[in-house]
Amino acid sequence: MIRTDVIRALLALLAMLAMPISAQDAMPPAPYAYNQLEDPAQEAEAAELMATLRCLKCQSQSIADSDAPMAGDMRHQVRSRILAGESPEDIRAWLIARYGDYVSYNPTISASTWPLFAIPVLLILIVAAVLLRRLGKRRSDTGEAA
Amino acid sequence: MIAEIGLAALWLAAALAVLQMVSGAFALRGAEGAINPLAMYARPAAVVQAFLAVLAFAMLLWAFMVTDLSIKLVANNSHSMKPMLYKITGTWGNHEGSMLLWVGVLALSGGLLAGLERRLPERTMGATLAVQGFVALGFYAFLLLSSNPFERLPVPAVEGVGLNPLLQDIGLAIHPPTLYAGYVGLSVAFSLAMGALLTNQVNPAFARVMRPWVLGAWVLLTFGITAGSYWAYYELGWGGWWFWDPVENASLMPWLAATALMHSVAVLAARDALRTWTIMLGVLAFSMSMLGTFLVRSGVLTSVHAFAVDPERGAFILGLLGLYIGGAFTIFALRAGAVSEGKRFSVSSREGALVFNNVMLSAILAIVLLGTLYPLVTEAFDVRVSVGPPYFNPASAIFAIPMFLVMAVGPLLRWKEDKPARLQFEVSLIAAVLISAIALASVVGDIPFLPLLGLGLAAALAVAAALPLKGRKLTRVPTATWGMVLAHFGVAVSLFGMACEGAFTQERLAAVAPGGTEQVGDFSVTLQNVAPVAGPNWTAIEARLAVSRNGGEPVILTPQARNFWSPAQATSESALLTRWDGQLYAVIGNQAEDGRWQIRVWWKPFVTFIWYGGLLIALGGVLAIAGRVRVDVKRRTATAMGDVRRADLEALNAAPMPAE
Repeated sequence: MIRTDVIRALLALLAMLAMPISAQDAMPPAPYAYNQLEDPAQEAEAAELMATLRCLKCQSQSIADSDAPMAGDMRHQVRSRILAGESPEDIRAWLIARYGDYVSYNPTISASTWPLFAIPVLLILIVAAVLLRRLGKRRSDTGEAA
Repeated sequence: MIAEIGLAALWLAAALAVLQMVSGAFALRGAEGAINPLAMYARPAAVVQAFLAVLAFAMLLWAFMVTDLSIKLVANNSHSMKPMLYKITGTWGNHEGSMLLWVGVLALSGGLLAGLERRLPERTMGATLAVQGFVALGFYAFLLLSSNPFERLPVPAVEGVGLNPLLQDIGLAIHPPTLYAGYVGLSVAFSLAMGALLTNQVNPAFARVMRPWVLGAWVLLTFGITAGSYWAYYELGWGGWWFWDPVENASLMPWLAATALMHSVAVLAARDALRTWTIMLGVLAFSMSMLGTFLVRSGVLTSVHAFAVDPERGAFILGLLGLYIGGAFTIFALRAGAVSEGKRFSVSSREGALVFNNVMLSAILAIVLLGTLYPLVTEAFDVRVSVGPPYFNPASAIFAIPMFLVMAVGPLLRWKEDKPARLQFEVSLIAAVLISAIALASVVGDIPFLPLLGLGLAAALAVAAALPLKGRKLTRVPTATWGMVLAHFGVAVSLFGMACEGAFTQERLAAVAPGGTEQVGDFSVTLQNVAPVAGPNWTAIEARLAVSRNGGEPVILTPQARNFWSPAQATSESALLTRWDGQLYAVIGNQAEDGRWQIRVWWKPFVTFIWYGGLLIALGGVLAIAGRVRVDVKRRTATAMGDVRRADLEALNAAPMPAE
């Protein structure tokens, strides 16, 4: 019994020394990691936001889809901040400030993401041009023999 | 011995691919009509090569079945205590094995083409087989030089490492083989397109040869993606069915291209129009297959599916990719001018609608490609961005919404030219259904924009799908037309499921003490108890949940949290309660300090329709193949009989009339 206590204490110490992310590995999940908010409207806000935040420790999963301890910690952060009255976009901005653009699945126009928005606009123009060229002119039936 | 036979078979197959390539190329040297004597080896080379590649795969399969731990691949990916099913499926649950499956299917489809297809001119066939051999050769080289599946260990391992538990599922038996068969089936479409382009044979007869391959590959891709989506849904434990994960996108992109190709080939076969389109889409579809293979197999992605991480291999596949795609588009650019555009048509014609939707499909493909590759490009410059559903959903909807609207009307239009006024009733019916469905849904509840639009489009498409049958005698409708009606109806069904899942899902996460009850939707869920259970290679805790709808007779669900011991990994096994109008999805999580258990329960109305729709789409494709093949066989028998009769008549005429 003593041994396990010692180990647990050591683990806690290690966890405190380590980065805040991995600290969560050794501790029980935070209250709001797996529990919903009481108010359905707030929970809906939180759920919508969580579905668009990347779990940084997982591969291509949002924090709403992950069992990783870090995702649980981030869910707790999101829910408790919503509960404290912060708006989802404030929370997203706070997370981006902390972890970088990588954490948000919802890219916004910035120096590093503008092609993601410029290319679709270009694509719409190309599509319009192709359609006009192919379908725009009324084809005469005289071309049929060609 | 087993491994050495497999390896020898692979080397021999690679040598035959060279023979097939060279011999097929000689067919091009022959004069028009004459057959070059050196071209006769291409067909047998393709057939024998198919046999050898399949033999190599069977050898690896055998090694996995008997868990031959002297083979490195088996030792690294299998375990003697694994259930037999997962020993077998584990053959392709790793990099080398899945590439061998890829190459095996590639050789098999080449062999089937060489063995069965007799309609094409010999020159075109030779060029096609040469291209097929060239493609196969690159992948044999990749397998033999950088991912040898048969490599032996100096000292046999005592025990295997085991297979990723997420892959220990029936899904692994279904999803990768069908998807690969679809991916690689498109290689035949690619080779045929190149063969026809090189020999200037882009015509309806060629389209009829290409069509069953395209349809077949498309059916397999549809089925493979549907199965993969359902697998991810129940296996990952959070109820998501599509994540816009790069690996999922890798399978979606060939499907989008194949969908466009299938429609384009139909126009070419029926109307001799869209010749260059068909060729371009044929090249594009297989290019997307190879790109998908590169993304998944090179380790360039960090994603749940990418289990091979090795930059050397990545560079190899990237080289192959550049060679084949670059080469194909160069030939296309050089030769496309020689292919005339084909028959003309007006905007308001069935061809017009198909062109519109092919452009829309290509645009969606471009969006998916952009969203998938862009984060990889920025990562190279040390800027990490994430592109997810908030980007993909609206960006692809820009093109998907007009596509669905045109899809509703397109099949009602006549070929070549039609007066929109003729369809006044049908168009107003579809519009009325669309508007009233949206109005009705927005009265029901506060639904987000895209799911709301999805509900409206689903209703409109479901009605529109049946309209081509209006005024026709149902017993006389061709099988292929039934296939189209069914596939288009499947799109409506699938869209309905997606929209309902997005709009009406209810979620309940809670810590529950044994005996406690939680409510989700109409269901009350009571945690009866939690007990340990054990399987062949895992131990688990299993919850017994009594689920009752509106106070009715309870049903027991048993979600598990499993701990596999080789390799050590935890998975959650969700428990599903399927009803006609949706699915209840239950997962058991950790035990909290106070002894309560975390449970997660979702009620997802009509979520199953997503996959029912996918199955209907695939079934529609099967009907189309059956119908087309039957008509083709009938036509060929009729032509043959006509030839015999004409020959008889000529013989009769030539013979002197017997005197009275």
